Amino acid sequence: MNVHHTDVKEHDAANAYQSMSETTGHDDPRWAFGTGVEDAQAEITSPVPDGVDAADLAAYCLMLGDDALICSHRLSEWVSNAPELEEDVALANTALDLLGQARVLLARAGQVEGRDRDEDSLAYLRLEAQFRNVALAEIGDDLDFACAIARLLLFSSWRLALLHRLLDSRDPVIAAVAGKGVNEVTYHRDYAARWALRLGDGTAESHDRMQTALNAVWPYVEELYRPSEVERRLVEAGVAVDPALTRAEVDAVLDEVLAKATLARPDGPPIGTIGGRGGRQGVHTEHLGHVLAEMQSLARQHPEATW
Amino acid sequence: MVTETNSAVRADARGVVAQVVDPEMPMLTLDDLGVVRGVVVDVDGVTVTITPTYLGCPAIGVMRDDLRASLGAAGYTHVDVRTVFSPPWTTDWISPAGRRKLTEAGIAPPDGVSPRSTGPIPLTLTAPSPAVRCPRCGSPSTEEFSRFGPTACTALRRCPACREPFEHMKAI
Repeated sequence: MNVHHTDVKEHDAANAYQSMSETTGHDDPRWAFGTGVEDAQAEITSPVPDGVDAADLAAYCLMLGDDALICSHRLSEWVSNAPELEEDVALANTALDLLGQARVLLARAGQVEGRDRDEDSLAYLRLEAQFRNVALAEIGDDLDFACAIARLLLFSSWRLALLHRLLDSRDPVIAAVAGKGVNEVTYHRDYAARWALRLGDGTAESHDRMQTALNAVWPYVEELYRPSEVERRLVEAGVAVDPALTRAEVDAVLDEVLAKATLARPDGPPIGTIGGRGGRQGVHTEHLGHVLAEMQSLARQHPEATW
Repeated sequence: MVTETNSAVRADARGVVAQVVDPEMPMLTLDDLGVVRGVVVDVDGVTVTITPTYLGCPAIGVMRDDLRASLGAAGYTHVDVRTVFSPPWTTDWISPAGRRKLTEAGIAPPDGVSPRSTGPIPLTLTAPSPAVRCPRCGSPSTEEFSRFGPTACTALRRCPACREPFEHMKAI
């Protein structure tokens, strides 16, 4: 029985090596700088809708794309660090979903602005002040699982409400990302909400740590509902959503989770903005620099590397 | 431009595309999975349009390469593989044959996707679909233990009857 079992394993291993060599035997360099997929994607090259300012559209795609990209990076820091293998996989999958949304949105931003920047140049070669994500996406969690869950709960509840309203965006790429993203982010929100419930309504220790985590991320919520000038103009043009309109829905979701999880709604003052300027204007917390230092280091040390 | 002669070739290209398998679930062809949107042959070559299952699906690049390789081997020198997002792929597009093959491979096929309501999307705070049938022993009562499985499109469940864990393709 044991011998037979080993044979099966060896057979599987041989197949695995064979399939790896087949995969790497392809001609095209993949997983390399500048091998973006925008050329092959039909929607990304579609024209800017009539009456829409191209610079505004590019900026808005960066906002939605950077939110996903930076949050994805923070989630990916959990790979091999989560409390259980299942949570490792869950957080990695969530990061992957958001990265997929980011790639399409950044590719669209690059295509619309027409300055010959692809998704990789936008992700890896911009400086802090050129990123347009909200602070909630960039703040670190020091690998505190409750903090990761609290941030994901707030972020995904808000993003789902945004994407749900963007299904009818006049920009076909934003509408397409919303069409896929609504399903993906519904999963992320449910995942975070269930963990908030388990931790909040768990032991005294888990309750305290979940409450502390919520208190730490809650001050960054206010920024989520403040429309920038670009968003205001694009709301008029039928491309964007006024984030302020998501507030009632997000509040209702969070109240439902908090009540079931026996957690209190934090009431500290909002932070994360300076003189009314925040992530949408390129004003960031010190956390973003740390994210970029790690995320961009390979691309900057080995410009246009392929392998 | 499609000519009389080329339409005979087109059927052939469609047949080649139909045989290419999904890199993550090789028991399914791309046709079974429902991701092939169109195959068009003209004087410039063949254009295949596919749709990603997930925006971040890492398999899409491999699918593109596999399509190029298979069509190349069938004599098509110019192969253009394009992806479209809209309308978004749903697991409802997996063919009946695909669903059968999934079960045979020990993966419970997805449930039907419920139509999207007009209001806000409700929270789901308890594990859904308790009625997923075990693909190994057929027991109708199984339980979810992780919503995220080894690939982006599967969740993990276990069967109390035969005590085996198995993957369940998420309805999306």
